[in-house]
Amino acid sequence: MELVTFFETLWLARIPILKGIGVTVSISVLAILVGTVLGIGVGLALTYGARPLRWLVRGYTDFIRGTPVLVLVLASYYVLGTVGIDLGPFQAGVLALAVFCSSHVGEIVRGALQSIPKGQTEAAKAIGLTFPQTFAYVLGPQALRQVLPAWVNTAAEMVKASTLLSIIGVAELLLRTQELISRTFMSLEFYFFAGFLYFAVNYGIERFGRYVERKTSIPS
Amino acid sequence: MTGNLLEIRDLHKRYGDVEVLKGVDCTMAQGDVISIIGSSGSGKTTMLRCINMLEEFQGGSIRIDGEEIGYETTGGTRRRKKEKEIARQRAMTGMAFQQFNLFPHMSAAENVMLGLVKVKGMRRDEARSVAEKWLDRVGLAERRDRFPGQLSGGQQQRVAIARAIAMNPKLMLFDEVTSALDPELVNEVLQVIKDLARDGMSMLLVTHEMRFAYEVSSRVIFMNQGRIGEEGNPREMFLKPQTERLAEFLKTSTFN
Amino acid sequence: MGYTLNFSAVWRSFDQLLMGLALSLGLAFVAITIGCVLGLVTAFGLLSKRGMLRHPARIYVTIIRNTPILVLVLFTFFALPQLGIRLGKIESFVATLALYSGAYLAEVFRGGLLAVPNGLKEAGLAIGLTQSQIRNSIVMPLMLRNVLPSLSSTLISLFKDTSLAAAIAVPELTFEARKINVETFRVIETWIVASCLYVATCSVLAALLRRLERRMSIPR
Repeated sequence: MELVTFFETLWLARIPILKGIGVTVSISVLAILVGTVLGIGVGLALTYGARPLRWLVRGYTDFIRGTPVLVLVLASYYVLGTVGIDLGPFQAGVLALAVFCSSHVGEIVRGALQSIPKGQTEAAKAIGLTFPQTFAYVLGPQALRQVLPAWVNTAAEMVKASTLLSIIGVAELLLRTQELISRTFMSLEFYFFAGFLYFAVNYGIERFGRYVERKTSIPS
Repeated sequence: MTGNLLEIRDLHKRYGDVEVLKGVDCTMAQGDVISIIGSSGSGKTTMLRCINMLEEFQGGSIRIDGEEIGYETTGGTRRRKKEKEIARQRAMTGMAFQQFNLFPHMSAAENVMLGLVKVKGMRRDEARSVAEKWLDRVGLAERRDRFPGQLSGGQQQRVAIARAIAMNPKLMLFDEVTSALDPELVNEVLQVIKDLARDGMSMLLVTHEMRFAYEVSSRVIFMNQGRIGEEGNPREMFLKPQTERLAEFLKTSTFN
Repeated sequence: MGYTLNFSAVWRSFDQLLMGLALSLGLAFVAITIGCVLGLVTAFGLLSKRGMLRHPARIYVTIIRNTPILVLVLFTFFALPQLGIRLGKIESFVATLALYSGAYLAEVFRGGLLAVPNGLKEAGLAIGLTQSQIRNSIVMPLMLRNVLPSLSSTLISLFKDTSLAAAIAVPELTFEARKINVETFRVIETWIVASCLYVATCSVLAALLRRLERRMSIPR
């Protein structure tokens, strides 16, 4: 393969590629933000919710986790339009990823909260803290230390999952790459290039996760 | 009767179908040091945990300084008090646990300060000096910025006692505070409790340390199958047990 | 809105969905079988004292784990022919999924191997076993029990990942669902049935694997 042609082509296609990167970043960021807010609610409901609420939320997470993300994306794209909620592919896709993200974050939050020994709550009660105070000063901070590294991993998962939106026609990085390939027939070079970009971002996120884990660990 | 610090009347507690407390009565005056002894499953820890509402109870009443703990009865129906009210009542007692239960993400001083700041509403600098005073009292002044994971079991338990006592409780509850400790670390914790007793702190201890109970208590309660089997001053109890059960229990206990 | 549920069109195509499901399961099983071999070899590589073995293993795992699986799928199918490696749709997808699972299983097996207490190996040496005897009759059986839960969850997520084969037109469950969706316009019914098939299969797999775990667990 001729490197010069590759870089020339890449330079000519820089605008659509950069736009694609922009879309990928917005998809990931939106999905992570919405998914995290939802997911914290899910985690709290699974841990502290009254029984009917807990069952409802458990059903929600089990269903989401049993369904492939691609199916969530396709279903969100096709079904919402049918029932009259007119979302573009971008919104429908982000919604699907956010829902997927929320079930993951929910499980992470639940796991973290449940792994805190019961004695912690008892000790907090014994010095007269109310439940909101116990959560704010004792349970929350301890759970957060466990949640953060796993949450960073989920962020990387979302970046990877954002590629699925290319299938419903969202012009993110992968779709832009495919369009470029269909015009230039340089599939090896450009799939490699796209793959490398995703790798670089996710590898960065992974390293960041390790850093966060070290930073937040409790001295012992 | 209102002169009593603690007044327990006909306390009943069930876990499902199992009745673990079958009507316990107990009164305690200011400055009393009472040890509760008995075999495991006799209900002694449960009784202690009812006093600060870590356990719900289904019958009877507990009063501290005349104030009814945990429940109120209006028009014949018994209702659990509001969570906020219970939190306030819990702050009247201090508790030390078998497993210490220090907050692992806070330094020793921060552990002591949390309740002072959040429950008592003290300023941080004020709370810090109170925390330092109590950590000094339990011999850990120079460890105050260590995290629980950096302290030995005995040191952790002493921090936990400082955390409870710094809240200036009317009554201290000690739940088998030395059971999880290596033998060589037991004495440093018992010494702290003895010092507190000498200062006139009212306390209720669940313990397996018979010699300690003998030395420190003004009264001993022997729990047996959810009831008080026998009670009296330690000298009489240990030297002349009145019931077969207590005699049996003392025979299997070690006095070291 | 005015959309009334009518499943009859989907029931007429139910056979198609079931065939798709069977293919999905087949893809997952073949991929995890090859992936286990790859993963085990890589795990020993990761734990090797020799950099010659350790570094390539680490690079393989890091690259695969940080690249979106859809990019890997497309790369193998569309880009590799440019290097003269031409595979059919199904072979190409199975190869990708196997390579992909190998990287995740490598970490699983590594953890399982590390969890076998050193004292047991020393005990083996003490009664005169050779290194390979220790590996085969002590380390491996214990490791297998350690990793069984993670192995189950890897199989389940691989099963869900087979949905990506739809991107290269492998007629698995998601592909069939999308086809029925387009042909019948029974959008909601199609996606309800498809995701229920995924969820149900995941729960059946999970239940079967839990039973296997119980049967293999060491009595105590």
